[in-house]
Amino acid sequence: MGNFLFDGSEWDFATLDRTYAAIEEIALRDMGLDVYPNQIEIISSEQMLDAYSSLAMPLMYNHWSFGKLFAREETMYRAGYSALAYEIVINSSPCISYLLEENTMTMQALVMAHAAFGHNHFFKNNYLFRQWTNAEGILDYLAFAKRYIAACEERYGREEMEAVLDAAHALMDQGVFRYRRPPRPSKERVLEKHRKRAAYEEEAYSELWRTLPAGIEPPAAPLTPDPDDDSGPDMKLPEENLLYFLEKNSPTLRPWQRETLRIVRNLAQYFYPQRQLKVMNEGCATFVHYQIMNRLYDRGLIGEGALLEAMHSHTSVVFQPGFDDKRYYGINPYALGYAMMDDIRRVCEAPTEEDRDWFPAIAGSGDAMAALKDAWANYRDESFIEQFLSPKVMRDFRMFSLFDKADDGVYHVAGIHDERGYRKVRSALARQYDTAGDPNIQVVGADLKGNRTLRLEHRMNRGVPLHNATKEHVLTHIELLWGHDVRLEEVAV
Amino acid sequence: MTHFVDRRLNPKGKSLGNRQRFLRRARNQIREAVQKSLKDSSVADLAKDRKIKISTKGTKEPRFRLDPKSAGERDFVLPGNKEFSTGDEIKKPRSGDGAGRGKDAADSGESEDDFEFTMTQDEILDIFFEDLALPNLVRTTLKETPNKTWRRAGITTSGSPNQINLIRTMRHAQGRRLALRRPKLEDVKALEAALDLAEREDPPALEKIAALKEQLAKANAKRKWVGFIDPVDVRFNAFTEQPVPTSQAVMFCLMDVSGSMGEREKDLAKRFYMLLHLFLKRRYKKVDVVFIRHTHDAQEVDEQEFFYSRQSGGTIVSTALDKMLEIQKARYATADWNIYAAQASDGYTQTGDARHCVELLNGEIMPLVQYYAYIEILDEREMEVFASEDSGAELWRAYRTVAELWSNFATKRIARPADIFPVFHELFKKTEAG
Repeated sequence: MGNFLFDGSEWDFATLDRTYAAIEEIALRDMGLDVYPNQIEIISSEQMLDAYSSLAMPLMYNHWSFGKLFAREETMYRAGYSALAYEIVINSSPCISYLLEENTMTMQALVMAHAAFGHNHFFKNNYLFRQWTNAEGILDYLAFAKRYIAACEERYGREEMEAVLDAAHALMDQGVFRYRRPPRPSKERVLEKHRKRAAYEEEAYSELWRTLPAGIEPPAAPLTPDPDDDSGPDMKLPEENLLYFLEKNSPTLRPWQRETLRIVRNLAQYFYPQRQLKVMNEGCATFVHYQIMNRLYDRGLIGEGALLEAMHSHTSVVFQPGFDDKRYYGINPYALGYAMMDDIRRVCEAPTEEDRDWFPAIAGSGDAMAALKDAWANYRDESFIEQFLSPKVMRDFRMFSLFDKADDGVYHVAGIHDERGYRKVRSALARQYDTAGDPNIQVVGADLKGNRTLRLEHRMNRGVPLHNATKEHVLTHIELLWGHDVRLEEVAV
Repeated sequence: MTHFVDRRLNPKGKSLGNRQRFLRRARNQIREAVQKSLKDSSVADLAKDRKIKISTKGTKEPRFRLDPKSAGERDFVLPGNKEFSTGDEIKKPRSGDGAGRGKDAADSGESEDDFEFTMTQDEILDIFFEDLALPNLVRTTLKETPNKTWRRAGITTSGSPNQINLIRTMRHAQGRRLALRRPKLEDVKALEAALDLAEREDPPALEKIAALKEQLAKANAKRKWVGFIDPVDVRFNAFTEQPVPTSQAVMFCLMDVSGSMGEREKDLAKRFYMLLHLFLKRRYKKVDVVFIRHTHDAQEVDEQEFFYSRQSGGTIVSTALDKMLEIQKARYATADWNIYAAQASDGYTQTGDARHCVELLNGEIMPLVQYYAYIEILDEREMEVFASEDSGAELWRAYRTVAELWSNFATKRIARPADIFPVFHELFKKTEAG
């Protein structure tokens, strides 16, 4: 007593400040983390629901699908089926973390360690985030997107805008550059372009247009050539980014519709690394909060009660039910990520013979933080699992791998957690986390001089086709954007 | 440097725009669901939040996804192995099996066929009114919360400066000044005069001067710390919000339940009663509903019976009117209750009974009630046949004569939900005037 940072569960801003300072001291000095400046915001449960339903971003344009998400979450929450997240953290600089006001002081400390240092370090250092997302610009860009879409909605009608957004959302998974760096004009350039268009429309405006019968439109502004637009007038095919292709080449879209596609595409690209880094991102944050809470206790800064509360929450976060359990809902990224990272620490500090065989580079090195920081910076889920999933973790999870052929009545157990199966299970799991597992759809041709049919190809991985009903549904969306027939072929590779 | 920002007081309802977009998008599904849920709920339940379950048709968000069930092959890893070893075969669960449903449902993507969420009272009313073709003004009046007035509620020690109560404040100040013996201005003046006199005396009376000076200083000091007016004296007029006093009303629902009234007829009648109830609810704090059904004989029943049970027998409308009078005399004295009556029928009654009804209405009922609405539920074809107000079955023609005598008696034929509202037109005009 007396020296603790806090007693009991009530919190106030002075306590938060004091605790934050202690956590920061450990995170930066002891663990050597490297983070964006932090901004921590306290929000109410309703605001948390708001944030949920806009893809966890502080601002977002309006669309009915977010309303649907909110209605669903709210009903679940009110009925007590699901608890709210304790925090939401945004990959931006400064890094914004939202804390729920209902958290106890211990939970606030845990959550600050988890979000403001764990996730934050990962955002700042992982190569995918560094390369693909612009943490400084995202909030400004979203503000622009919200304004732009609201303005277009007002100008061209809500239904029109909704149709474009619906179609664009359907293609979000196919709206990313997987390997090539996306051409990214600055926000100023986007605004500049928009201004130019508006100016042109103003200039070209004539009273005469108003006398046209309904349905005929005055000519739209010509597309201003985009200097960093690498597709040019002749398209480069095949193209994996459908949204990008449609934005640049669709024969029917009007300028504001193209701009809308670009906004959705940029958003998809922003979220793309998060999809490839679920296990690592959560694992990193969980590892960091576990370490920090324990070190706070070791230094006598928090009491046993607080530590136990934190550990109780920690264990429920990393709980992994077996596949035949009612509660099973896939592999828990928190559980897998944390287990692997804690295992790396073990291998560095107290390796067994088996570890020396499997991980000669780090076994017994004694410097766990160095090994972890290297992993956090240079891997994504797939390569991280391929590289670091150890036999011990596979045994702890009792993993096994199944081989499934569609016309077979049975699954075949291809490997289990034994000497013969380790490598098989490991690479099967790694491939499961590879986003190349998403349908690989490419634009292969567009007959611009003839009947303007757009040809798409689904390159099947091991003969797995697309789900038929949703395929038809998405194709109607593509047809809307393309304006002419669209054909999709399934091709075996 | 860390910033803690307290966002809890930021405006709420950021996602309201999205919600409206969603409701509009799913309009058709929602309307169906609302109508269905209204059918199963009671007359007095209309104005409540409720859970609505809709199908996701129209709000689907399709994405390309793989379907490994139909063709091809794959490997996947699961945790929690207890008994399998390499080479074992596991039977695939047939689709629709209970086991592993969570995952299967997610796999096939049909997990969101039904979507449940809560709609607020206002949103429900909007949908409900949509069919009834209510004018906008009516909608807003119906959705309005009851009026409140500000009433005096004594005196308080805090409030805004414009509510200061001067008399009380000054009285308190005076009491305090007396109690603490604050020297009056005259006393000080007198002391000063005495001092002045003393100083001019020759030889100067030094002791007297000193004593007077001391008294004067004391008096001034005391005047300083016992202020003329002090924050503790200030009193304000207090006001509290009170609902406008409203009285109570009883609503008699009369309906013919003989074989000729089918599901459709009863459903229309139910909407009519719901709307009337809503109107009354806005005007009166307490609304009782009495359900009287009749064939050749009338009974008071509960709501469930009223709408869902059938009876066979002839049709004698006047029995229901008798029953209503009997109940009114026993339980609802006109001094305390505003009486409303609504009668729904398909227009058939025993020959000769219509005249008896008219006598009852003219002689006894109409003087008692605020408003009496009679709706005759026809099918669309009959609606065309009886295009003119004057033609119609016996009961209709008889009631027309009553309507000519009493302005608060309304008759109307309806065949569709949209026909219901005009019945309220008269009633509503009165509400506005009152």
